[in-house]
Amino acid sequence: MSTVRCVDLCRFFIQGDQTIKALDHVDLSIGKREFVCLSGPSGSGKTTLLNAIGGLDKPTSGEVWVAEQRIDNLSKGELANMRLHNIGFVFQAYNLIPVLTARENVEFVMQVQGVPADERRQRAMAILQEVGLEDMEDRRPANLSGGQQQRVAVARAIVSRPAMVLADEPTANLDSVTAEHLMGLFVALNEKHSTTFIISTHDQRVMSYARRLIGLVDGRIVKDETR
Amino acid sequence: MHLPFAVLFRLAWRNLWRNYRRTLIMLGAITVGVWAMIFMTAVMRGMVDDMLYRAVRNLPGHVQIHHSDYRDDPSISNSMPPIDQALLDALEQPEIIKWSARVRVPAVITSEHDTRGTTLLGIDPEEESGLSFIADSIVAGRFLESVDDRGLIVGQKMIDNLETVLGRRVVVMSQDPDNEIIDRGFRIVGVFATDLENVEESFIFTGRKTVQSMLNMGASISEIAVLGHDYRDVSDVLRLQEVTGPDREILPWYEIDTYLGTMLSTMDGFVLVWIVVVFLALSFGLVNTLVMAVFERVREIGLMQALGMRPSMIVVQVLMETFLLLLIGLAAGNLFAILSVVALSDGIDLSIVSEGMQMMGVANVLYPSLQTNDVLLADVVVIVLGLLAGLSPAWRAARYQPVEAITKV
Repeated sequence: MSTVRCVDLCRFFIQGDQTIKALDHVDLSIGKREFVCLSGPSGSGKTTLLNAIGGLDKPTSGEVWVAEQRIDNLSKGELANMRLHNIGFVFQAYNLIPVLTARENVEFVMQVQGVPADERRQRAMAILQEVGLEDMEDRRPANLSGGQQQRVAVARAIVSRPAMVLADEPTANLDSVTAEHLMGLFVALNEKHSTTFIISTHDQRVMSYARRLIGLVDGRIVKDETR
Repeated sequence: MHLPFAVLFRLAWRNLWRNYRRTLIMLGAITVGVWAMIFMTAVMRGMVDDMLYRAVRNLPGHVQIHHSDYRDDPSISNSMPPIDQALLDALEQPEIIKWSARVRVPAVITSEHDTRGTTLLGIDPEEESGLSFIADSIVAGRFLESVDDRGLIVGQKMIDNLETVLGRRVVVMSQDPDNEIIDRGFRIVGVFATDLENVEESFIFTGRKTVQSMLNMGASISEIAVLGHDYRDVSDVLRLQEVTGPDREILPWYEIDTYLGTMLSTMDGFVLVWIVVVFLALSFGLVNTLVMAVFERVREIGLMQALGMRPSMIVVQVLMETFLLLLIGLAAGNLFAILSVVALSDGIDLSIVSEGMQMMGVANVLYPSLQTNDVLLADVVVIVLGLLAGLSPAWRAARYQPVEAITKV
């Protein structure tokens, strides 16, 4: 059973009289517990594919299936609901809500889901401990380093036990030590929680963690190897 | 649909204070606007209430009974016969606080220096006490002692006009039922003063029987003034018409003085218009503040949508932010308005424009009248229209596509 399935997926952008094929007839299936890296140069379609899988963007044609549910034809509200219950996100930057503390950011998704306060707090503290930030629960993002902010984002992405975590260039703004630490955390969480991770990157060090590496060039899959 | 109010409230509250300077400026504007709405309404209410109170107290009572032709021709020929038993019984009912039968005729008063037109009232001094202003307005000499009293009570302004003084004699002329000119000398035994100079010129008073005797009109009367419990609702008192008979007309004060009646009925509409106009001025700033607040947080809104927040939740969050802003502004505006009214409870001295105020029938000192209904109306209008104004930025925020919002620079 696949967690993600893309069938003949296309995403074209019109710029003036030019059509840019960000995704050009992509077929893809990613199973449970996989740790996948999408690699490729800038403009290859990594982020567009991630956005389509996450229901953040509508494809021009083709189908996207997440947890056996077709999502490319859902409304905005239905997509939000699908993301809420199935997907955790880690973005490159601006990952956290600045007016909430680290713990409140981690609790945010559960709060929108309607998880009771006690359970929410308990799970948030446990996951913050897991990412090594239990002493920083009351700090707001402005008082956390870039690496700490990314770890809070990872904690938030994983805390509601989604089917998969989508990470778009999560190490782009981090120094190499912090990036290594973050990737180690991803691997540990993937193994411990059986969560599918799909990470887009053009960083060779990040790719070295992948158990499946999908290469994209000009919106087409040019490489798909399992290690 | 699950709406996580706790987190939406937390976000709304904290977002409000992210740019505290802008929020404080907007709060200042709302506070001043709400203060202006409530305080100015209280001043206008105070003015109208004062006009009505004085007008009602200035003789008409809450309702008056006349001969049916009296309004067309308020002369002695349109007097009424004495009060019969049925009407007397009706006038003793509990819904009636006081009543007084009067003779009222046009007259001319002459001193050794001047002559003035006026209205001569023959009254029962006991009945007038507590019903009209006259018993409480004597500033020199004495009040009348009985219906037979032959002394004359004259207003301060009239005394000045006639260049006479308390204790001097004057001549009063009027017409009897046969249209013959009747004149009679009176000694000024009392002087009355009111806040309104035109009242001091308009009326002179003596005993009712004295006038009846002077004008050869037997026990006939011109009017019966009746005081009920509330001038805003005189329906109970108007039931007197069941016993007044066809030759008599019973009129509420707002038909006797249509200007004041119209003023009372239009006051509520005027208050609403005033509140809406002030709010419209405010709303430009409010919408601008909210649009700016939303525009600054586009990426954050995109992030929240990506994390699973539905567009409806974004709308609720922005509206909650609007509501909190309005609520704080309302609380401060209400507080300042109440404090202003309390601070001015001794009245606002407007003697510098006394002539204009008197033309409007208002005293020189204005007492703001804060009414719960006006405060509630202002608060409800601000909340409802404020939320409507907040809908546009809220809707705009909810319409962002997450993928575009997140990448917004």
